[in-house]
Amino acid sequence: MSGAPPAGPLRGLAPWAGGVALLVAVPAIFGHGFALLLYAECAIMVVLALSYNLLLGASGMLSFGHAVYSGCGAYAAIHVLNWIGRSHAALPVTLVPLVGGLGGLLAGATFGFLSTRRSGTAFAMITLGLGELVGACSLMFPGFFGGEGGISGNRTVGGNVFGVPGWNLGSDIQMDYLIGAWCLACVAGMRALLGTPLGRIANAVRDNPERAEFVGYSARQVRWLMLMASSFFAGIGGGLAALNFEIVTAENVGALRSGEMLLATFIGGAGYFHGPILGAVVFVFFAVALSQITKAWQLYLGLFFVVLVLKAPGGLADVAARFLAQARDGSLRRRAAGLGSMAGCLLLALLGLILLVELTYHRTLESEGEGMRLIGLGLDAARPLPWVAGATMLLGGGLVFRWLRRREAQALPRSYAGPSRAWWR
Amino acid sequence: MTGSTFAHRLVALAACSAAAALGTQAAAAEPAPATVRIAYIDPLSGLMGPVGNNLVHSWQYVAELANKEHWAPGITFEIVPFDNKLSPQESLNDLKAAIDQDIHYVAQGNGTSVARALIGGISKHNERNPGKEVVFLNYAAVDPDLTNGECTFWHFRWDANSDMKMEGLTNYIAKQKDVHKVYLIDQDYAFGHQVERAAKEGLAKKRPDIEIVGDDFHPLAKVTDFSQYVAKMKAANADTIITGNWGSDLSLLIKAARDAGLTANFYTYYAGTTGVPTQMGAAGAEHVRVIAYWNPNIDKNPGDNLVKEFKAKYDDDFYGLAAYNALRGLAMAIVKAGSIEPVKVAYALEGLKFHSYNGDIEVRATDHQVEQPLYIASWQKLDGKSVKFDQEKTGYGWRNEVTLPAEAVTLPTTCQMQRPPRPN
Amino acid sequence: MNLELALISALNGASYGLLLFMLSAGLTLIFSMMGVLNFAHASFYMLGAYGGYQISRWVGFWPGLLLSPLFIGLIGCGVERYGLRALHARGPVAELLFTFGLSYVIVELVQVIWGRPPVPYRLPAELDGTLFTVYTVDFPKARGFVMLVAALILGSLGAVLRYSRIGMVIQAALSHPRTAETLGHDVPRIHMLVFGGGTALAALAGSIGGALTVTEPNMGITIGAILFVVIVVGGMGSLAGAFIASLAIGEIDAFAKVIDRSPADLLGAVGLHVDPSNPLRAVLDVTVSQAAPVLPFLLLVVVLMVRPRGLMGKREDH
Repeated sequence: MSGAPPAGPLRGLAPWAGGVALLVAVPAIFGHGFALLLYAECAIMVVLALSYNLLLGASGMLSFGHAVYSGCGAYAAIHVLNWIGRSHAALPVTLVPLVGGLGGLLAGATFGFLSTRRSGTAFAMITLGLGELVGACSLMFPGFFGGEGGISGNRTVGGNVFGVPGWNLGSDIQMDYLIGAWCLACVAGMRALLGTPLGRIANAVRDNPERAEFVGYSARQVRWLMLMASSFFAGIGGGLAALNFEIVTAENVGALRSGEMLLATFIGGAGYFHGPILGAVVFVFFAVALSQITKAWQLYLGLFFVVLVLKAPGGLADVAARFLAQARDGSLRRRAAGLGSMAGCLLLALLGLILLVELTYHRTLESEGEGMRLIGLGLDAARPLPWVAGATMLLGGGLVFRWLRRREAQALPRSYAGPSRAWWR
Repeated sequence: MTGSTFAHRLVALAACSAAAALGTQAAAAEPAPATVRIAYIDPLSGLMGPVGNNLVHSWQYVAELANKEHWAPGITFEIVPFDNKLSPQESLNDLKAAIDQDIHYVAQGNGTSVARALIGGISKHNERNPGKEVVFLNYAAVDPDLTNGECTFWHFRWDANSDMKMEGLTNYIAKQKDVHKVYLIDQDYAFGHQVERAAKEGLAKKRPDIEIVGDDFHPLAKVTDFSQYVAKMKAANADTIITGNWGSDLSLLIKAARDAGLTANFYTYYAGTTGVPTQMGAAGAEHVRVIAYWNPNIDKNPGDNLVKEFKAKYDDDFYGLAAYNALRGLAMAIVKAGSIEPVKVAYALEGLKFHSYNGDIEVRATDHQVEQPLYIASWQKLDGKSVKFDQEKTGYGWRNEVTLPAEAVTLPTTCQMQRPPRPN
Repeated sequence: MNLELALISALNGASYGLLLFMLSAGLTLIFSMMGVLNFAHASFYMLGAYGGYQISRWVGFWPGLLLSPLFIGLIGCGVERYGLRALHARGPVAELLFTFGLSYVIVELVQVIWGRPPVPYRLPAELDGTLFTVYTVDFPKARGFVMLVAALILGSLGAVLRYSRIGMVIQAALSHPRTAETLGHDVPRIHMLVFGGGTALAALAGSIGGALTVTEPNMGITIGAILFVVIVVGGMGSLAGAFIASLAIGEIDAFAKVIDRSPADLLGAVGLHVDPSNPLRAVLDVTVSQAAPVLPFLLLVVVLMVRPRGLMGKREDH
């Protein structure tokens, strides 16, 4: 928690009101195709990243196999959806994500029993192994996992929502609103959980498990309970994905999906509740929007992640919090000129990097025979000029940035140039 | 400016305007040229990348041909590639992106799992968005169910399905006296299981004396080392291998067989796909047979120009004639329907007949399965007569052994197709 | 299962196991030395294959085999010097996350530079052909070469560690880094060299493995997962344990593929028949060959439950 004192109950409600407004307004304003896809992906990723942070940020458990829980939830949801279609059962499709949550919970209880016996690096290794195990099993049991083709479903089989004609979840807008509602419920639920005694004790176990044991709590049990809670919400996220895409395949339990959740949570900042929300949005922006602009988006994402680990392990939320703190106490104004020029250098270096990466990428695909366009400027990858320009921008920007930073660190007191706050020491 | 110059300019301006007015009148009489875009959704990366890249080039080449030769006057065809990384989920995302870009035709062939997912996605989309339908041109996904129990109006299959191919292969094998012990190996997904089932049924019916000494399934596009499977084949003394493997799964299998000195004969569906000829090389001569809807060495084959032009442009072998047939059929259906609206075009495709480089093609109306002849070829040295074209610059190519007329490989169907109302 | 099949399976399993050991030896060294579990190790394996491919295109396969590990080893030194060293003070989680992100970046970089489809990296013609024949099955020269290189490298590694001066310093820094530092040895530089050496080993394994099988951007992912199984089962920090575990997993993989029996068959042999409608039937019907991809991970989970130290592990959580 930052040091600022709480400023009245209404202040705390503002972000919630803003969030609700966003969830309601966006599908209404945009109404078609790409924007709706972005909305759905964002909302689902928010749920998944927050559930992951129940483990990482709140309980100090680094897991590389979180997709097992969301994936099991997704499979449970799609099987139940198909069952509703076959047997015309009374279960409304809008509650299918809850079934996903229960599926995730079951997986969390079972696998968690095995994995929470250890902590730290060993726990991370076990989760990796379990994730690979489930992924490898997915081909062996086609009845549940559907083999290479996965399991498909149709979300309109449940009839009309609340009996309103035309509300059969077929259209993307209706599905988006359902996802938005569940997202809000999950965010509220996880926030509430972190305020309960269990949430607080989990923080204690994260910070000092030995002392928690001395006080009388079983660190192992606390971790297991938090894992079950986390897998429940992850299962809901998986159920939402199952309904949205109407197909669940082995990828839903795969290592790639686990890595995405880790990336999103960490980028946003594991030390804050809203960190994963921010990280999820940034991640989906990278994955869905940036991928339309450039094919090298995964490289940019990876580099961004590595830079964050090295320089800002508290994530974007922490960077933002520090800036806000400095703005509040006036020190930002003093640094403004220096920060401005440093940002300029970074931008220059970034442009140089982008230029080099895109040139290299284009050269690999040169058999396509297209000319390359970057921000409307036609560039020829065969000539040396763009390469030289890119390299100069990258090196120049980087070197000047380092020089400016060294100068600033010498000029200002230590406290302003302190290390980024991470949730681990 | 003198008066006469001004008057000249005025007259010139009037003349131009009149000409423009007449011109637009004339232009308005014909429909403005339309572009029909086809989304190509197949792997362009990973282990199956080389096959996908060859076939996307095939589609692009055929589209250029269609535009150059005006197969559908006033229509330009354009291929929009998407790399689905062989994943059904990714394919559905690509489908959504294509629909967002107002594309109404989808071409896919590598992997029945993907085809199934796309058919599901397209059916749901068409049902929920009447007026914005999408048609699926399946050029290589050959699970028979797609034109039997799971047939849909929006799906057209341009390749012979797996049961048809196995019918042809088992008829041929039944006549070979040196076949006694057969080993089956296939990819572990719907298609692989279909091949294995059809092989067992066909052999049991036509040559009950043949012993099936092995029956393996391996994960799709993941295995890089087939040496243990080959060791099993050796241990079982198999003299014949029947496999539906394609892409890297077949090329690496044949590589492992060559490394281990396996001399059995291979009967395959896809030994002509990218990567396999290089692995076979001289070692595969006399030992490998393939059944397909075409090979470039068919007697009196006028398809030579396709092979030569494609090689000149892409430095690669052309073997995806189904792309040619599909686009040809599509163009003819557009002309017949007089429109590019998918529902009308789909109805026009039903029952369409034309003559192509591999013989007479008919799009069967009952199940949208294309009926065409099949050819069994064996891997032989290039000799300019029976083998005019080699594959992948190996000096070896396919010699046509048997031509199976369409009737011989046409099978009945259980399709009960639900059709949308016929537009007027 | 006749003798021919058993022998050839044992040989195939051994060649795969030795390739795995070449990979895991580097990782074990790095972990013993620095306590860092290098997630990016399999990516360096892939980099080695691509490096070998690129260099072989310019000057041939054999120079590529020599130079690629050197270059990649230098890159590894750089990674340690400028990346891991800064993170060491922050604890193992930061280092894990860094190597995790690095593995991602390396795979993407390779795709940007060489493209996504596989590249045609092959063993040279000298290695084509048969080494010897087991009954009727030929054992290829290529596989024999892999086994030879692996044995040589590891023999020399063991010798260096045990008998040379630098090896003794490394062993000392392994168990007592502070003491070694007080004695005047530049421990951070030793860390850098060990990390570079480990990645060079991975790159060497890649230069051979990529040419033997397929060189494409995802080649590190599958083998990376098995690599972690080897490390954990063998014991984090034990070279001998890694050796035993690699061979074990190689042999299990090879033999599992040729066993077409399932637990249901076993039960049937002793007279217990499971009803087809029993839900457990799906599990019991799975043959060992179908379960082959899963077996290493099953082993991993069991070992982590029963004996978290692994077979011969020395280091645990720190």
